[in-house]
Amino acid sequence: MAEMTYRDAINLALKEEMRRDPLVVTWGEDVALYEGSFKVTRGLLAEFGEERVRDTPISENTIIGVAIGAAMGGLRPIPELMTVNFALLAMDQIINHMTKIRYMFGGQVKLPLVIRAPGGGGSQLAAQHSQSLETFFMHTPGMYVAVPATPADAKGLLKTAIRDDNPVMFLEHELLYNSKGEVPDDPEYLIPFGRCDVKRTGSDVTIVAYSRMTILALAAAEELAKEKIDCEVVDLRTLTPLDSETIVASMQKTGRGVVVEECWRTCGLGAEIASRIYEGCFDVLLAPVQRVSGLDVPMPYSRKLEKLCIPQVADIVAAVKETMSGKY
Amino acid sequence: MDKHLTEILPAEDLLHMYEQTALCREFEESCAEQYTKGNITGFLHLYSGQEAVAVGSTKALQQDDYILSAYREHAQAIVRGAEPKRVMAELFGKATGLCKGKGGSMHLFNPELKFMGGYAIVGGQFPIAAGLAFATKFKHEGRLVACFFGDAAVNQGTFHESLNWARVWELPVLFICENNFYGIGTEVHRSSALPDIHRRTCGYDVPSERVDGMDAIAVYQAVRHGAEWVREQSRPYLLEAMTYRFRGHSMADPGKYRSTAELELWKSRDPLVNLGKRLVEAGIADQAKLDALRAQAVAVVQEAVKFAEESPWPEDSEVYADIFM
Repeated sequence: MAEMTYRDAINLALKEEMRRDPLVVTWGEDVALYEGSFKVTRGLLAEFGEERVRDTPISENTIIGVAIGAAMGGLRPIPELMTVNFALLAMDQIINHMTKIRYMFGGQVKLPLVIRAPGGGGSQLAAQHSQSLETFFMHTPGMYVAVPATPADAKGLLKTAIRDDNPVMFLEHELLYNSKGEVPDDPEYLIPFGRCDVKRTGSDVTIVAYSRMTILALAAAEELAKEKIDCEVVDLRTLTPLDSETIVASMQKTGRGVVVEECWRTCGLGAEIASRIYEGCFDVLLAPVQRVSGLDVPMPYSRKLEKLCIPQVADIVAAVKETMSGKY
Repeated sequence: MDKHLTEILPAEDLLHMYEQTALCREFEESCAEQYTKGNITGFLHLYSGQEAVAVGSTKALQQDDYILSAYREHAQAIVRGAEPKRVMAELFGKATGLCKGKGGSMHLFNPELKFMGGYAIVGGQFPIAAGLAFATKFKHEGRLVACFFGDAAVNQGTFHESLNWARVWELPVLFICENNFYGIGTEVHRSSALPDIHRRTCGYDVPSERVDGMDAIAVYQAVRHGAEWVREQSRPYLLEAMTYRFRGHSMADPGKYRSTAELELWKSRDPLVNLGKRLVEAGIADQAKLDALRAQAVAVVQEAVKFAEESPWPEDSEVYADIFM
């Protein structure tokens, strides 16, 4: 184990997999010479050369389309979108092509590619650079969606993504890049998709979260512990496949649930998870499932307003207390 | 000139091209009939009139070069070697279809033949073609990628992004525009500021030329030249084949935006009739031989329809298969 940042854990996963498999290649806007806008690809060009680590034109739809073609041709590309907001320029290749090709061609081709995309809000980047689009991808059949919360998970999930033969949307959170944690040295450290990680056990309330929201949920649980409220924090880790079983099992134990999502509330993934909880264990529920969500507004710039739009620890604490309020 | 046809290609290849042209024509006309009977449903875009492009191009490419196309691609797949009966079964939505009945008319695919798909979002195949070209260059396979598309696709961003990208990354892509003058009902000059599509590549430093797309032998020569250039330079090249579809955009289109005179003019240049005439004039075939090849094509297509009719529907369990590995 070594302590490192989320950024360095992703960087290490990329390097290890590129060393292991010469067919792994990566490209994106400013990923090579400039070493990435968030410096996640630092050192890759120097170690692997310009054939495998490539700068591209600012053509997001084609960044993904070229990766699809390269994957069909036997490579294992990892295209980087500078931010997930730019995925919206590539939605034709992501949704109309990447997630359809295997199915509509009768399973005759595999697409081993991983789209890396940093996202999320909280850096005062305003409406066009602060979106949380995970629900868009989760909604669409045909790709896996990984949302790591910790450096260790980032490493293990990315390595699994790169070795998987299916398309993966790997969503990194911009505010987590400098967060630190213990990361296994083992180059075979792989985290299977479709398994939640119970990051804190508890008996009173289940908090379901992902990516940066998991970190906030853990902080909320710490605060609540001081008031003798014992929270279990279930970190989704992958949105597709979604591990409903672990969520429902936790709810069977606690009977109370809070889902924390950074995305917009309306038709957000929290609604889907709440629905699965109702379907899976309605009989044990002691209170309605609470959702803590991003506000249904374009992100404002002003830090005072921005804070209102993104779930905060206090919001989670309040939601947990709501489930415990006894009014149900 | 026609006396020298055999200097361009051996007689057996020329006859094979006629045979393929006839097969494509019979196949498409049979599709129209099966559509009216309700055996083929959904969208159906027929290729009749444009056969010289597929036949001439495919003859000029190497068997392991990749081919991608749009959604008017039955003939492209069949000329490449896809079994007509499995293509027909796909159109019928049967389990024995090329893609197990999951793709239909617009999404034919056959990786063994390096036929890498029919794509039905206009312009969607451009970046994928560039990506395949990158993969094959990366692996030093010596292949090129032939990317077919229609005239209306050039106003999609992917056309410009991919031409630029293929030039910057020096990728072996042969872009082949099948200019049939209409994007559904909109004529080229009404949608393109510069209707001479081959001239639109200059902003990307990609050389290009225009060829008579009603003449399979001219297409063969142009593609052969273009393919050699792409292979030698490892850079993209664009061909614009001027052609015409004898039917509407799809079976839903009666084609009222075109005059009868215009249609008749192009029908007088029918690639099937004209190739036959040239083979007779050059002494490569007589009318009886041509008739026999056409009869053979009819028989193949009849067999394909019978196969499709008798094939089973997909099992219900197939609905969840092939999403993930």
